[in-house]
Formats: sequence, C-alpha cells, structure tokens
Amino acid sequence: MSAPTAHLFQSQPNAARRSERATFWLFRSATYLVLACGLAVFGTIFFKGAGTVFKAEAPFINTTFFTDAPESLYLFEFEGKKYEMGDREFRAFKEKHPAAATVKSESYVYSAGGIFPCIVGTVLLVVGSMTIALVLGVCAAIYLNEYARDGLFIRFVRLAILNLAGVPSIVFGLFGFGMFVIYFGWNVSLLAGWFTLAFMVLPVVITASEESLKAVPKGFREGSLALGATKWQTIRLNVVPYALPGILTSSILGIARVAGETAPIMFTAAYVVGDKLPWDVAKAGDFFFQGVMALPYHIYVVSSKIPQNEYTERVQYGTAFVFLLVVAFIAASSIILRNKLRSRYKW
Amino acid sequence: MVNAAPILMDTPSSAPAKSSAYKPTVRLSPASLPSAHAPGAAAAPMGETLVDISHLDFFYNTSQALHDINLKIEAKNVTAFIGPSGCGKSTLLRCLNRMNDLIDGTRVARGTIKIHGVDIYQPDVDVIELRKRVGMVFQKSNPFPKSIYENITFGLRLQGMNDPAKLDEIVEKSLRGAALWDEVKDRLGASGMGLSGGQQQRLCIARAIAVEPEVILMDEPCSALDPVATAKVEELIQELRSRFTIIIVTHNMQQAARCSDKTAFFYLGKLIEFADTRDIFTKPANAQTEAYVSGRFG
Ligand SMILES: Nc1ncnc2c1ncn2[C@@H]1O[C@H](COP(=O)(O)OP(=O)(O)OP(=O)(O)O)[C@@H](O)[C@H]1O
Ligand SMILES: [Mg+2]
Repeated sequence: MSAPTAHLFQSQPNAARRSERATFWLFRSATYLVLACGLAVFGTIFFKGAGTVFKAEAPFINTTFFTDAPESLYLFEFEGKKYEMGDREFRAFKEKHPAAATVKSESYVYSAGGIFPCIVGTVLLVVGSMTIALVLGVCAAIYLNEYARDGLFIRFVRLAILNLAGVPSIVFGLFGFGMFVIYFGWNVSLLAGWFTLAFMVLPVVITASEESLKAVPKGFREGSLALGATKWQTIRLNVVPYALPGILTSSILGIARVAGETAPIMFTAAYVVGDKLPWDVAKAGDFFFQGVMALPYHIYVVSSKIPQNEYTERVQYGTAFVFLLVVAFIAASSIILRNKLRSRYKW
Repeated sequence: MVNAAPILMDTPSSAPAKSSAYKPTVRLSPASLPSAHAPGAAAAPMGETLVDISHLDFFYNTSQALHDINLKIEAKNVTAFIGPSGCGKSTLLRCLNRMNDLIDGTRVARGTIKIHGVDIYQPDVDVIELRKRVGMVFQKSNPFPKSIYENITFGLRLQGMNDPAKLDEIVEKSLRGAALWDEVKDRLGASGMGLSGGQQQRLCIARAIAVEPEVILMDEPCSALDPVATAKVEELIQELRSRFTIIIVTHNMQQAARCSDKTAFFYLGKLIEFADTRDIFTKPANAQTEAYVSGRFG
C-alpha cells in the first residue's frame, strides 16, 4: 500500500476523477457561454432601445414612439440654440418663426416620430399568415397522420416537406414575388405577404402538428371508434382537441420566425413608408391588397441609410426593442391559450 | 333460423325490418335509436347463438394469426377466451367488432362471423352500426380526457341524443350499472382521467353500456388492476350478464372459472377446446387444455 488511508472509502486522486471534473466544467462553461451570448444580445437591445422607449419624466413611456408614424428628424441651430425636431414640428416651428424658414438643417429620415404603422403591419402579417399556416398545416398533418397509408407517394410528400424547411427565406421571398405579386397580380400586398410567410412556416407547422397528433394515445382513437364514432368524428372530437396544445406550443416558434423575417416580405408585402394606416381604405376589399410597414423591414430600412449615427441608432434599437415586445406579447397570448386548452384536456 | 334481416347493413329503412322473430327492436336508422333504450330492447334471448364464427382464417399481412376458428357464442352468457400469450385471443376479439380494420394489411381470408345471422364482413355492412351493437372495453383503460359526464354521454351524443334530462338519466343508470355511481356522483364534472385505475376501467365499462350494446367485448379488463378493483369488476360482470352478452379475454384462470359460463382455450392461433367452464376446469377433453389450466405451461 502506498499512501496511508484514513478509511476504506477514502477518495484518491486518479485519472477518471480528473476527466470527470474536466467534462463537467466543459459542459458547464458551454452553457454559460450560451447564456452570455443571449444576455449580450438582449442586453444591448434593452439598454440602447430603452432610451427611445422610456423617458425620464412621467408617464415614463415615450408614447409617441408607439403611436406616431415615422418622420424625418431635423437638427438645426436657431438664434443660438440647438433644436432637434420631427418633420411636422419643424414646419410648425417655421410658421411661428418666419426667420427660421431659411435656417440650415441636417435631416435624418425616419429618425423622429414613432413606429406605430410598423407595429400594426407586423401584427397583421403574423396573425394572417399564422392563421393560413395553421389551417393548411393542421389539415395536411391530419391527412398524413390519420388517413394516408404509408407508401411511396407519402414518403415523397414528407421528403418535400423536409426540404421545404431548409429553403432560405429569401427564396420564399422570390417565390412569393413571382407567384403572388406578379402572376396572381396581387401586387405588393398583405395577401401576398400572408401566403409567402405561411408557406415559409408551413413545414414547421406540419411537422409539429404531426408530432402532436402522434402523441395522442391510440387508446383514445380506439375507444372512440369502438363507441360507434366515424373516423372524422373521432379525429374531430377525440384527437385534434388533445393535440391542439402541442400544435400551439410549436407554432409559437413559427410566430417568432414569421414576425422576424425580412426577406420574404421585402418584395411581397412591405412598404418602406406607408402614408395611410391599413384600415384607411376606400372599400373593404382593398384592405388585403395594400402593402404594410413592418418592424423588421423598418429596422433594415433605417440601418441601410447613410450616414449612421446616434440618431438613426435610436430608432434601430427602439424598433428592435418594440419588436421583441410584440413577439413576446403574441407568444405569451398563445402560451396562455395553450395552457387553457391543456388544463381542459389533461391526460 | 329465420331469414337474416339486414340489421347491420347500411341500407335505409326500406329494409324488411320486422321479418325476424328474434329481433323485435332492430336498429335500422338513427331515427329508431331511442327505442334501444326502452326496457326490453334485448334482441336475442338467453342461450340462443348470437355470434357464430365458422372456419375463420385471419392474417396480419402474410402471417396467419387465426386458423380455422369455429365457435358459437350464446346470448346473455359470459364467454371467456383463455390461452398463452400470442395465441390470438385479442385478434379474434377484435374481429368481432372489426377493430382490426384499423390495422393495415389485416384480412379475413376465409370463413365468416355472423351476428344475428348477418355476416359482419359482408361489403355492405355499416361498421359504425356494428360497433354500436358490439361494445368494447380495452386492456388499458382509456377514458377520454373529458369530464366523467362527457365520457358517458359521448356515444349517446354521437347518436344524436341531446335531451339533457334523458342524458342525465342514462349517465346515472350507466354509472350505477358499472357500480361507480356512489363513488363519482358528486364529481361528474371532474376529468375521467382523475379517477383511480379501477375506477377508470369501470368508467370505460359504464361508457360502453351507456349506448346499450348487445355484446360487450372485454380484453383483459383487469390486468392492470389490484385484487380489490378486480373483484369489483368481476362482480360487475355478474350483474351485467343478464343484460349483455359478454366475451372476456383473461390470463387469470380463477377469473375465467369464477366469471364465465363457457370457456374457449386457444393455442397458436387455433381453438383447442370450447366447452362449459366447469368442464374445462374440471374435466378438460384435451391434454393441452389440461396442462394449461393446471398451470403446467403457458
Ligand atoms: N398488429 C399486428 N401486426 C402483426 N401481427 C400481429 C399484430 N397484432 C398481433 N399480431 C400477432 O398475432 C398473433 C396473435 O396476437 P394476439 O394479440 O391476438 O395474441 P393474444 O392471445 O391476445 O396475446 P396476449 O395474451 O399476450 O394479449 C401474435 O403472434 C402476434 O404477434
Ligand atoms: Mg391480447
């Protein structure tokens, strides 16, 4: 015996022990690294965006940022004082002080005002495209999982769905442009954006719905059929309701994607600037055939303006901040809906 | 036997309904359904052959699971299916309400199964009507994740019954019939999944009897239950035997001996022996049967 041992189970340093600790720390630090990246991203958006969204005096929230349309920002010096104003404010100012009419000013597009039309546009895009994607996706998943027999054709369909999931979003944008905007003649419109985005998330929705349908125990189907229910009655009353919470859970991922993608909407649905709000239409049908502003596209537009400076940055990060809020809000509502359904049908 | 009126067929009410002597209240169309809940809706009197299986060969794809089964099951009796695992008991049971249709590649290659003299594998048979008449209780209890009340009314609503008073009445009657009423009467709105295993199984039995089938198929209904719950289900079977024709698959010899009037012993997809339960357990005609019931193999 080498070292004196205090008792039978005295721990000894050895290779297995050391590699045990090393692996533990490897995994642990990997996790912390991920956490750090996440915090860095959210932290930047939060601190930079908070300056735009919140303000020091009551009511602490910069309401005009939420309720106004984007405007150009004007910087000028007048009678020895520095001013920064939005478009409308500047015009009013010039009317009040005729001497200011000729003042030299620097201007930055979209750096003043708010982003209300973008919020509205994004919400409309998300709600419309998710509705289309869920209806199509759930129907397809029901067919694939409940009706179709496994065969060459079905395997081909599954392969197609799998491949669709790997297609880059810009390709969906081009497809939507060619198909809906040009061929169907819908122009740049909500409808074209809805379908383009819906097709983009369809693979996610179908796969998720199929998984959720598979997770419904076979016993529920058999019990229902054995009581004399038809197949469709069984699916409608004893399969889909139990699968819905699962379908919604995975659709939340789809929501974030639909809300955030810029490429699919830049040719199909997004306006750089819209002078009217979506509901200001002559007749109800026009609603679907107008483009909208959208949060991610607005960030893109503002970020691609030159020069970049603290004024444009304010809008970029403020918009990103609001964008996260909007996605969080939509996701939270579907989580609440899901939990409601889940507590109703628990197994 | 009288000319078999197409009771299970999906032909509309133009069919010759009352031509048969032993089915006074035949369900032909949803319109005639409520009569099934009237007293005396029973169709076949005790002791008559209700289910007649002859020369049945059954395949899962290419593998034959049942070989030349010949069996006459009597009305208002309890028939037990026993035999070692994999011998085809569940397969035969699921043939009787055509649950095997759900599995791809299954087929009845030869022979017939007649209920009330009607071949249930005939092409014009309405499987839905068949399953309303031939209820099933599964090995793994499967109440729906809905309330107890909704579990019982599910089958009735499918048949278009919406009258709340009538539904209440049948719920109580079925739960009493399944010896569950006293335990759940105060929480009919609670989820059926919240009951204990034994209660869940009795809920499934209540759900099956609520639609007043003629035959109840039970596939090892007690295999997941403790002795007390098992005793309750067995007691229940004794109470139901006067109103329903019961076919029960079991691995428990005592259970078969206690509950059933007739016992069928299967081995490797063949029916080895079918006789009065007393005879099967005391003086089996076949050596294999004797070996199995005395616990020497299986
Ligand atoms: N879905 C299926 N596909 C293919 N073969 C099957 C299927 N179900 C059962 N079988 C086969 O059919 C035969 C009979 O099976 P069955 O389930 O009827 O047996 P069992 O008597 O009910 O057994 P146990 O007592 O274990 O429940 C077995 O050999 C089994 O492997
Ligand atoms: Mg079995």
